[in-house]
Parts: sequence; structure tokens; C-alpha cells
Amino acid sequence: MTATIAEPVAPAARPVSVARGYRFELVKLLSQWRIRLLVLACWIAPALFVAAVSQQSSLPVDTLFGRWMNATGWAGPLVMLGFAGTYALPLLTSVVAGDAFAAEDRLGTWRHLLVAVRSYRRIFVAKALASLTVILVLVAGMAVSSTVGGVVAVGNRPLVGLDGHLLAPADAAGRVLLAWVCVLAPTLALAAIGLLGSVALGRSPAGLLLPAVVALAMALAQTLPLPVAVRLALPSYAFIAWNGLFTSPAQVGPLLIGIGVSLLWTAVATVLAYLVFLRRDFTNLSYDGSGRRALTVGTLPLAGLLAVTVGIIAASTPAMGSGIEQDKLQQSIATAFAHLYRQQAQQLNRPDVTEEQLATTVACTKGDGRVAAQGPGNDWRCVVSWHLPGVEATGSAIYQLDVMSDGRYVADGDGPKEVNGYFQVRTPTGDQPNPLWQFDGNVELLSTTSKG
Amino acid sequence: MDTPVAVRARGITKCFGDVLALDRIDLDVAQGQIHGLVGPNGAGKTTLLGLLLGLAVADEGSLEILGTRVGRALAAPDGVTGFVDGPGLYPSLTARQNLSALAALRGRGARTTGIDDVLDRVGLTDVADDRVRGFSLGMRQRLGLAAALLTGPRLLVLDEPFNGLDPAGKKHLYGVLTRLAADGSTVVLSSHRMDDLEALCSQITILAVGQVVFTGALAKLSTEDRELDYRLRTSAPHAARRLISDLPGLHLVDDPAAGTRQDTGLLVVRALLPALDDLVAALVRTDIAVRELAPVVSPLEAAFLALTEQQEST
Repeated sequence: MTATIAEPVAPAARPVSVARGYRFELVKLLSQWRIRLLVLACWIAPALFVAAVSQQSSLPVDTLFGRWMNATGWAGPLVMLGFAGTYALPLLTSVVAGDAFAAEDRLGTWRHLLVAVRSYRRIFVAKALASLTVILVLVAGMAVSSTVGGVVAVGNRPLVGLDGHLLAPADAAGRVLLAWVCVLAPTLALAAIGLLGSVALGRSPAGLLLPAVVALAMALAQTLPLPVAVRLALPSYAFIAWNGLFTSPAQVGPLLIGIGVSLLWTAVATVLAYLVFLRRDFTNLSYDGSGRRALTVGTLPLAGLLAVTVGIIAASTPAMGSGIEQDKLQQSIATAFAHLYRQQAQQLNRPDVTEEQLATTVACTKGDGRVAAQGPGNDWRCVVSWHLPGVEATGSAIYQLDVMSDGRYVADGDGPKEVNGYFQVRTPTGDQPNPLWQFDGNVELLSTTSKG
Repeated sequence: MDTPVAVRARGITKCFGDVLALDRIDLDVAQGQIHGLVGPNGAGKTTLLGLLLGLAVADEGSLEILGTRVGRALAAPDGVTGFVDGPGLYPSLTARQNLSALAALRGRGARTTGIDDVLDRVGLTDVADDRVRGFSLGMRQRLGLAAALLTGPRLLVLDEPFNGLDPAGKKHLYGVLTRLAADGSTVVLSSHRMDDLEALCSQITILAVGQVVFTGALAKLSTEDRELDYRLRTSAPHAARRLISDLPGLHLVDDPAAGTRQDTGLLVVRALLPALDDLVAALVRTDIAVRELAPVVSPLEAAFLALTEQQEST
């Protein structure tokens, strides 16, 4: 008997297209009960939360815009955004991207998938795109839901910005939308880190939790008195930098740097994940993707990226040290006070004055002058002075400040009572919240100083 | 007569680090054949099947599948499908959803037969809309086979496809695979159980420590000249015992594993086939009735054990 090769000769099978692989991955993802539950939660829970909190007398004043939740519906989505950046988005990226590759290890389906798709690259792209899609659906759900909850429960009203100026509802809506779009960049960075962990650590729980752990570490780093260059070189800064959209003019410098850094981390982590994925041997049954070397291959380049980014930002931006300086703080408070003073004047039916007429000046000290007037801390004390047209005397008020290391501060009025010492003001229509009593502000860490 | 070859491997070597998984393997599988791969754990069966599926490439040697030389990973020709290390299924999907997702993945251009048809062929029609999470191992194996059948395979590669199947399920799958081969498809499957291979395969390859220790027709393996142990039960065990001692080429084996117990009169005799014939003739001549005479292990299994143990000891 003679053997011959089978005829006709079979052509090599073509890989499955990315579009089909993407649909396949989406079907798998959306068939999981935890993903369905997350989608449902993200599209419903924020609306309920914002609506419920907005109706309470005790508001989350320690959260940015929390004090305005019962004044305008546009504060709710911003409170939700602050919460999402700290907790929800890292956890969502963990559950979705952190499990994208590990799920195949857990189910023992890698070989089946490879035989069906016949391309490492297309499997990777399809998985990454499917994860991205689900994450976008979840983020969109939180944004839309919290906005609907706020606007329905409180109303489409003007929002007080972080420098005290009033944003018209349409302007506030646009900035809220832009703020949510901006946090997509750090969310993508965490998702890419999730993909890397999922590829490098296989079915190990460490892979699943990596984005959450990294986000927590970065959030902790943001609370430390680190130099501005280090702070901005971390992708997590973009979770905070959207604050700058709510000042006039907008503080876009740190925001753009944060977004750029986040996208850079996204690209590098994704490429690393792809390279680690390509190096894997799927016929070796004893290998499930976890390995010290794979982790090293993923971690070291990211540490290198952080070092390079810190160097570039330090060399190319004007701010040094903490970025919180006396001049910038004084200017920020003077601006916010002038805007808020006009609001108070309107409440009290007093004649309108312009910011220029008020000519507000601020003098701040730190630690009663015993320490250098720079850096974060709750020992800042500022004296605000202003003039009224036709009045010879100079008005004066005191604020105690708690300045956080990310530039955000809370100014707490310390008198006189008629100006900023009490939480309410008596108006012809009854008692109303006093806008000068407590307010949030934001020091732009990168701005060059100019006396204000 | 020319027989088309579906698989031709020459000198295939594959290492994982310092571990030599396959050592200069040669393999020929004719088209339309059901070819069995058998060997102890770690013999290299799954690695070889993985190479046939294109999951990896050999470090050395050449591999031709359906007439195409395979030189890189994931480059197996069209028509090659199957599974190694268990069928790849998604537990959150139903059986039908698993198959339809797979069919959609392969696109409209792929040769997908009807999903209902393959579910019927593997006997899973009744549970088609149940989630795979609740399936037994045997049902998963059947669904894995259904997934492979979706594309109308020309070479079907199956790793331990009968694991977890009950006898009826096995018989059902025997029928499916036999019909597939009769239609011209080639099947390469691995199994630990010689009875599965005996029921299905015309040719087998025995692997041990990464090397081929036998390849050829099953009949050839079972008729090789080799002493086997036989269980013998007679009407007069003591007389039979004396007869065995007197006749040449027969040895009594005291094998508790074979169930030899003096009180039941069961004996285990080790002999070549001619000597066993002489014993039966002698028992009949002395008016001793033979109530049971059967090999303790099948000839195939005995051959397998002898070959693999010999290879592992060298």
C-alpha cells in the first residue's frame, strides 16, 4: 500500500475577523450575571442615590459640589463623578478588564478559542475592544443616571463653580459632560492595567484585583505631600483634574497633562499586555499565565514610564514643590470671595457691585506665620478685604482654610457674623444658605504666580 | 492502492523548558481513518494533539496536515478542528448559545451545518436551552463534539472524548465518529481506555515518555506473541491445578488483584495461546468442565502495559 498526501490540498484556514471576535467576546461578557448586574446598577443606582441625597437636609459637604446638591441638579453628577473616580471606576475596570483573559484560564477555554479564531492578535484586540465597550456602557450609565436623578429631583438650575462664579444651566451641563468624558482617560489606563494583570497573572485573584489595587495606591499617593511633577505623572490625577473645568478661566493645563499621561499609560500597558500574551505557550498545560517573569515584564516598564514622565513634567512645567503657594491661594480666594459676595448681595437685595469695584485682596498665613506659607494643610488663615462704592471703610472677613495636597480647599468663614460667620442669611423672602459661610475652591498647581 | 494521508509527521520534537514532551515522533494517519493515541500520563498525547490542532509548532521535524505543511502556530489548514484538555465551553451560555456563538464567530462563509442537527447527532436536543453550568462532564464532552462537528471537519482531533460518558453515551458517540469516518473525515483521538480504542480504531499509536513504542493496526498489536494471564474456573479446581503443573508452558499465578481465591476455585494461568489450547484439550480429556476462561486484561491492554512499562524502564 502506498501513501499519498490527501488531495485536494487544503488551504490554510483564515483567522476570524476582529469584528466577529468582538461580537463573540461581547456575547460572553454580557452572558455573565455579574456584568448584567453591574450594567443594571450603573444605570439605576446613581439616579436613586443622587435624588435621595439631594432631598436630605444634611448634604455631603466634604465631597466636591456636595454642598450644592439641593440647589442644582448639576451637582449630583459631579458628586457621583468624585465617588466614581475613587471607588467605582477602579472596581468596574477590575471586574471587566481584569477578568478579560483570566476568565479563559479559569474556564479552560484558551485552546478552544485559539483553534476557533486562529490569531493571537485578533483575540487580543477583540477582548480589549469588548472590555472597553462594556466599561464605556457602565461609565455612560453612571453619568446619565446621576444627571437624570439630579435634574429630576432638584431641577435644571445654575451651578456655583469652584471660583464662586455662577454657571448657567446649559454651561453647567456642558462642563459636567466634559468632566465625565475627561475621566475616561484614567479609566482607560486602569482598564489597560487590568488587561495586563489578567494576561500576566492568569487565574490568580491578584490579576483581577490589580486595577483596584493600583488605583488605591495612586489615590493614596495623591493625598501625600508629593511634588507636583510626581502627582501629575500618575494617571490617577486625571480623576481629580476635571475640577479645573469649573473655574473661569478653566484650569486646563493640569487636566490636559493628566489626560495625556493617562493615555500614555493606556498605550504602554496595552502593548505590554499584548507582548506578554504573545509569549505564552498554550500547549503547555502546566502553565496558566501566572509567573514572576510575566509580572516583571509588565511592571518594570510601567515604573520606567512613571520615572520618565516625572522627569519630563518636572523639566517642562513652572511649578515646583507642592504647587500650593501663598500667592496662588490668595488670588484664588479673592476671586471666589468677590463672585460669592455678589451672590450674597443679590440675596439681600443690596445694590449690585462688580468684582472690579470690590477690589478684593487677601492676606494668608500658615501656622500663624511660624511656618513657610506654602503647601497643603488645615492651618491656613486668610483675611479678606474689600471696598464698596461710596463707602470709605474697608470690609474685612476671616477664613480658616483646609488645603488639600491636590489643590482643592475648603474655606470656612470665621466672621464677622453678618458676612461669613453664620451658615444662613436673613433675606426678605426668609432664611437662605449663606454663600460666603463655607465654599470650595481649587488652586491650580501648575499656574505661574501673579499677585492677586 | 494509494491511500490519501491526512496527517504525516516526521521527527517531531517538542520541549517545554527542560522537559522533552515529544522525542522524534513519526506518525501517519490515513484519510477516513479513526486513529487512536494511547499512552500513560505524561506520554505526550495531548502535546501531539495540540500540534495537530496548530496550537503550537514543533521544535524540530516536519508536520503535514491535509496536504499542507504546518510551519507556524495557529496555521492548521481549514477543516481541522477538535479539542484538547477538555471541550472549551462557556458555562453562562446555554448549549445552543455556545454553538450559535461559535457559528457566528466562524461567519456565514464557514461550512456550518445546522445547530439543531449537531445537537441531535450528539443526543443533546432535550437540554439545548439549558445553561452549560449545570451539565455533567459527559454532556460537556458531547457538546464539545457538537461544536467540532459544526464546521464539517476533515480532520477531527479529540483529547479523551469519552471521559465521563456512561456506556450508552459512549455507544452513541462511537456511532457518530464511525459515521463521520465513513463519510471521509479523519479522526485522531486519545484515550486511556483500550476498550474505547478497540471499539473504534483501526490503527493506533502507543506513546511512552514522548516516544512512539508502537504504531499500526490494532489487530497486529493484539496478536503479537505475548504471554497473558487468564482466569480459569472449572468443575474440579484441584485436578485442574495438578494438570497445569504437569503441562509445559503453563504457570499458575497467585494474583489477588485478579480475584484468585481457593474457595471459589478460580485460578489464574499465565500462558501463550498454544499452551492454553493444550490445557483446554487436557481438561476436556479428563472430564473437567471449563466454566470460565477469559484474559485478566484484554490482549490489547496487556500489550499496551508491556510496551509502555518496557519503555519507561529504559
